Amino acid sequence: MAKLLEVNNLHTRFKVRNGYLHAVNGVSFSLDKGEMLGVVGESGCGKSVSMMSLIRLLPPAAQITEGEVLLDGEDITHASVSRVNAIRGSKVGMIFQDPMTSLNPFMKIGDQLIEGIVYHKKITKADALQQAAKYLKMVGISNAEHRLNEYPHQLSGGMRQRVMIAMALLNEPSLVIADEPTTALDVTIQAQIVELVKSLREKLNMSIIWITHDLSLLAGMVDRIMVMYGGYVVEEAVLDDIYKSPLHPYTIGLLKSIPSLKTEAGSRLPSIPGAPPNLFSQPTGCPFAPRCTYRVDRCQSEVPALTAVPGETGERPHRVACWVDMRGKGVKQ
Amino acid sequence: MSTRAQQKPLVVVENLVKHFPVKIGAFGGKSAVVHAIDGVSFEIYQGETLGLVGESGCGKSTTGFALLQLHKATSGSVKFDGVDLAQLPTKQLRAMRKRVQIVFQDPYSTLNPRMTIGEALAEPMRVHKICEEKEIQHRVAQLIRDVGLNPNVANRYPHEFSGGQRQRICIARALASNPEFIVCDEPISALDVSIQAQIINLLMDIQEKYNLTYLFIAHDLAVVRHISDRVAVMYLGKIMEIASKDDLFGHPMHPYTQALLSAVPEADPDLERSRQRIILQGDVSNAIDPPAGCRFHPRCAYATEICSQSIPELSDQGGGHRVACLRLAEIEKETA
Repeated sequence: MAKLLEVNNLHTRFKVRNGYLHAVNGVSFSLDKGEMLGVVGESGCGKSVSMMSLIRLLPPAAQITEGEVLLDGEDITHASVSRVNAIRGSKVGMIFQDPMTSLNPFMKIGDQLIEGIVYHKKITKADALQQAAKYLKMVGISNAEHRLNEYPHQLSGGMRQRVMIAMALLNEPSLVIADEPTTALDVTIQAQIVELVKSLREKLNMSIIWITHDLSLLAGMVDRIMVMYGGYVVEEAVLDDIYKSPLHPYTIGLLKSIPSLKTEAGSRLPSIPGAPPNLFSQPTGCPFAPRCTYRVDRCQSEVPALTAVPGETGERPHRVACWVDMRGKGVKQ
Repeated sequence: MSTRAQQKPLVVVENLVKHFPVKIGAFGGKSAVVHAIDGVSFEIYQGETLGLVGESGCGKSTTGFALLQLHKATSGSVKFDGVDLAQLPTKQLRAMRKRVQIVFQDPYSTLNPRMTIGEALAEPMRVHKICEEKEIQHRVAQLIRDVGLNPNVANRYPHEFSGGQRQRICIARALASNPEFIVCDEPISALDVSIQAQIINLLMDIQEKYNLTYLFIAHDLAVVRHISDRVAVMYLGKIMEIASKDDLFGHPMHPYTQALLSAVPEADPDLERSRQRIILQGDVSNAIDPPAGCRFHPRCAYATEICSQSIPELSDQGGGHRVACLRLAEIEKETA
């Protein structure tokens, strides 16, 4: 399949009072047209910052120090501000976590929805509103024409997130970055949104990057998963390889520590000792080494590179950054 | 049911109601009432963990707060060890407080930033006169060890700790007055995924060590299944189903419980591919103007006219499995 996005060795850091906070430390990955990639990790692992770095949607203190971003063959790493503005919202759509704070409370739903399309395309307001109503219907909002004249507080959380999704799709982007779009929602509403995104993806044939901290959520929706820890990509593979033969001790630990509706209840959960890393100092070795039970001497002195090994299912290689050969050790019981 | 739980109710909640008066409208000119909990009854047995689940706004935290008298209930009773806490004068209630404690959701906002960990743990011991002044330091060290930290942290301040460590400290503080009963109000929701399992294990360890009874409030069903003996499912201020963990997760009877369980994602791609999900339509109704009849009927696939007219009561389906649904028998026939 044709590549839509290619990212090489991306580094992003934040200037803070006493130096730098290293949020993203050399992230490389690619995304095919029509593919859905899940990016998973804990808070502060760099999952949001790395994806927002792609379209430079970062606070002023952030600096992208290294790396290359190719979108549809175009190098946008050093693109001008006006070029990036033309890409944001048209070629790349965004859905954010909190639909309450991402919508302007003083603007009617309709006016917010068409802001992007009017900016990017030569279109009259009436035509744009018609287009907006069509997309509101597509995301399952009934009485769409009427909703265009309402304000965000008149909608429930699930409906607001549907509005955010409609807004992201209105310019028919080839890539949608969804940053924890269901984290603020209840589980039954989350199920509605997940089904909606799955059906829209088939209908519109777009690529999606879905950022989340919830590994279970991804199992039913994405093609491939990238696991991040301490600003590094530690593992990346197709869906089944991640769940059935994980190769990084962090992924293995996470999968084992999630209670599920199927595991034996009441027993002790296998937990990962320690706490997530401090990003102010860059580790000399593997970022996960202090918490890793498989640690060897080399882990503390050298950062392991993301290396491809043959995958268990399909053609795609399984990439993992670990000095220890974990094959066969993480298989699910 | 676990062997831990003996058949003696420690907490009996009867017909608990909590309404919050609010001002609505653009200028707050209109008064209205939020029906946070509307007639909730259940009991918690000595030594067991009762899980309380539901979506945001269903009244599960309000139930925990009203149980501890942190909210004054509108009506109904909360009997703890036979004494109705709601009727107790302030002085006697304060004496009862050492027996009932709480662990809150957010360990960042519930520790005083100007108190050292040692001071925070010593305060409840002094207030409730748990032990002699000279024993306090020894007991503080013991509590810190119990929650898996090093006793030398007693002289440090909350900002020096990570979220998981702070939640350990909050658990130690809840233990400081030697309670019998602890309300855990979403104790792991604010923590990182890799830390959650550590805290679940800790809560289970100290329950065994101190023979504690828990009300475990959470929205994560898998976590609740893991830690609870019995589980109650709430929706819009009412309990829809209450049963032993095995019955509730093995044979959910209420249409809402079924949909809730079906919405939980599982970390297993094969299972997810073959799964038939029940997708609920619409959103949770407004607690200011709850629907007549069964609270769940606007979203229920099985609802008929009767569901919008009469309010279902919890009825025992055998073995303490209680369900509040008017069409239960018909639904069972339809789905069989």
